[in-house]
Amino acid sequence: MYDPASAIRGRQAVFEAHSENAAVKALADLATDAKFDRDELTITVAREKIGAAMEAMRRAGYNFLEDVTAVDWYPSEPRFLIVYHVLSMAMKQRVRLVVPLDSDSASLDSITPAWPAANFYEREIFDLFGVHFAGHPNLRRIMMPEDWNGYPLRKDYPVEGYR
Amino acid sequence: MASPVEELAGASAIDPGIEDVVANSGRNRGTAPPGDQTMIINMGPQHPSTHGVLRLVVEIDGETVVSLAPDVGYLHTGIEKTCEAKFYQQVVPLTDRIDYLCPMTDNLAYCLAVEKLLGLEIPERAQYLRVLFNELTRIQSHLVWLGSHAMDIGALTVFLYCFREREQLMRIFEAVSGQRMMTSYIRIGGLSMEPPRELYGTIRAFLKDFPSKVDEYEGLLQNNPIWMNRIKGVGYLSAENALALGVTGPPLRASGVDFDVRRDMPYSGYEKFQFNVPTSTIGDVWARYLVRMQEFRESVKICLQALDGLPEGRIVADAPKIILPDREQMKTQMESLIHHFKIVTEGFGVPAGEAYSSVEAPHGMMNYYVVSDGTAKPYRVHMRNPGFATLQALEVMCKGQLLADVVAVIGSIDIVLGEIDR
Repeated sequence: MYDPASAIRGRQAVFEAHSENAAVKALADLATDAKFDRDELTITVAREKIGAAMEAMRRAGYNFLEDVTAVDWYPSEPRFLIVYHVLSMAMKQRVRLVVPLDSDSASLDSITPAWPAANFYEREIFDLFGVHFAGHPNLRRIMMPEDWNGYPLRKDYPVEGYR
Repeated sequence: MASPVEELAGASAIDPGIEDVVANSGRNRGTAPPGDQTMIINMGPQHPSTHGVLRLVVEIDGETVVSLAPDVGYLHTGIEKTCEAKFYQQVVPLTDRIDYLCPMTDNLAYCLAVEKLLGLEIPERAQYLRVLFNELTRIQSHLVWLGSHAMDIGALTVFLYCFREREQLMRIFEAVSGQRMMTSYIRIGGLSMEPPRELYGTIRAFLKDFPSKVDEYEGLLQNNPIWMNRIKGVGYLSAENALALGVTGPPLRASGVDFDVRRDMPYSGYEKFQFNVPTSTIGDVWARYLVRMQEFRESVKICLQALDGLPEGRIVADAPKIILPDREQMKTQMESLIHHFKIVTEGFGVPAGEAYSSVEAPHGMMNYYVVSDGTAKPYRVHMRNPGFATLQALEVMCKGQLLADVVAVIGSIDIVLGEIDR
């Protein structure tokens, strides 16, 4: 069974325990927090730094953006976590980048110009969570109809919809 | 005179989705088409070659595709939202309905993520059976791909041959799970039940015959000059574009990138199996056909290894508070009855945290991201489905081709709208 004590938490502890990891080396200046839990490395970066962090990941050999998604932690703050999964096919290694966002400023820079694979995923987050991506070439709803009210995957949106 | 693209910009009152397409068209992105003779046509959502409800809005110059914008969401049922209102074990039947051509793969991807959250050890017998049924599912899914792809291009006969073999697989799935398509056979912690003993003989007989059937399909198609002309040199995708746009699975391998999750990041005991990963550097529809035809044969090899090496033992993990007890025990032992009652009425708590699982589905890389807040219901379930990302590459593959080739390209990426819209 899972033992919560096996997780390494905190930037300092993770960066010491995994100092050889390519992502840890690449993001030494950009990370604000880190976690190593269930064999998965999670690195938190600030909202302004996501473009630089993804560029550093690319230089470190992480060549494939798997997906971008979001988690809504309503009513706590920071409310949204934008989650990026990046894979290195050569090193066979996956890293999760996380960007926390407050509810009153739910927007961040789009990575689509540099990573075209993020296009539909960012549109999906915009559609279902209402997070704005600055610089996205075509930021429109993708799943829901254009005239839909509300953002279905937010936690304050009822499962059965508004009646 | 205003060009058709500009005229259509005012048409949003009639068709709200058209704005999306106009913004996406080649002209508005600064790559002006040759002349202003372009026309926008609407393909789908009810078009027989779009395999469901995919809408493509295609800008054409004569018969040449200038730009193409996919419009998805017609099958969106909010499965990710529904998952948040269900217990962990109640999500398994929902995952069947995402990619309805490979339900076992969806089950496995979800269960692997939850098992990672729980830290469950899966017995080896269950792992082997998971591999066996995943490979049978891959054969089944590829059969639907081959049949419908050939039918789109006009070779109707192959469809009937493919569905003849698929029917045998459907019967195997029915024998093992009670359901032909929505199997829900792979559960959190193991499998739902032990397969009937006589089924192994049926599977072996199928696997013995199947390679000759693949030869038969190849004979039907590769000696057909229409088929060969329609798919060779059509829908080229370079390795750089495939990686940049998030393409995975057979289309990625057909573009020359040698990456397969089963071999490179093994899950569920795949490291114990010997198989080749077919690749091609040609990068067109023909290459994707070649890769999938080879995968048929590799899947048969993996299935035979799974049958030969199948160990004895339990098919569920040893975790009475998570896995439903045996029916017999539940009726005779008080403790089992209590566990059963508690699992069914209030679910089981999962330690807080997040987990990501990745499997090689027939269509590409299928990943599940499950977040737990410590309760019996998942806080967030996100599926990274291969089709959604592959669809981004459709325009690159179709640009400059004839309109009729769009049908061949859609067939070659093996699109399933259920997994795209979720």
